[in-house]
Amino acid sequence: MSEDILQRQKKLQDYLNRTPFADFIGFKCEIMGDEMTAILPFEEKIIGNPSIRALHGGATGAFLELTAMAQLFLLSDEVSLAKPINLTIDYLRQAKAENLYARATVTKQGRRIANVHAEAWQSERARPVATLSAHFLLGNGE
Amino acid sequence: MTENPDFFDLIRQYAPNIINKVPYANTLGFELVDLEPGKAIARAPYKPETIGDIETGIIHGGVVTALLDNVSGVSVIAALSEMKSTATLDLRIDYMRPAEVGRDIIAEAECYHMTRTVAFTRAWAYHESRDRVIATASGSFALNTIKGFPANTGEGS
Repeated sequence: MSEDILQRQKKLQDYLNRTPFADFIGFKCEIMGDEMTAILPFEEKIIGNPSIRALHGGATGAFLELTAMAQLFLLSDEVSLAKPINLTIDYLRQAKAENLYARATVTKQGRRIANVHAEAWQSERARPVATLSAHFLLGNGE
Repeated sequence: MTENPDFFDLIRQYAPNIINKVPYANTLGFELVDLEPGKAIARAPYKPETIGDIETGIIHGGVVTALLDNVSGVSVIAALSEMKSTATLDLRIDYMRPAEVGRDIIAEAECYHMTRTVAFTRAWAYHESRDRVIATASGSFALNTIKGFPANTGEGS
């Protein structure tokens, strides 16, 4: 890591502030050193099943994807968010009509490709509602 | 998978709700385009507020994820021979090429195998045809019998 972590934090926050989709789903994050906790505040519009008041799998998935991209950005020298190559989302429990939290771990960061895992939870950290495993293309998409 | 034409008629009436009455799908402007037994096609319009890359104007992959998840769930419903609720177990997405700026995304899904408790799907997202896909998906869905259907409607994905 050639840049100062504080600079990266600022760059990440700036980048997220300028990304319409992050604003659209209401993505927020708290950055502590090189670790970030992402927050998706509950809103009616991210409901997927009105009869049981469950969040949409696509909203949970997009949130995890953005969390993974943000954490990777924080730990790299990239100028923009990395492009996803593929991702797998495991839905473990029903996500309730409540805030969603997530953290991501960069498992491997190569020269071209990075592997990232992320976990989302609600009221209990030890009971994740969904996990994500993804590969991203580094080198700013070239 | 057993085919039951009368039941499929019921599904045909009910299926648009799985997109139209789902708040998140509504917010993103998804619409159901076509439905056949075990198959579904849906469309996501290009919306500037869902841009994920400010330099290029390309929409965020999360929109494609949501569309593929939703349309895969609908293909499962379209393959049922009795009413059951569906819940996504897992979804894998491979991104082949970026979506083009300003164009709608079409996604088609098929439910290619079903047991009493689990359904398996494949899906493709593209602008024009499967020859130039933006992303592909494979998913599995847990199935649960709904007591008292049709009183209970509005299952999401």
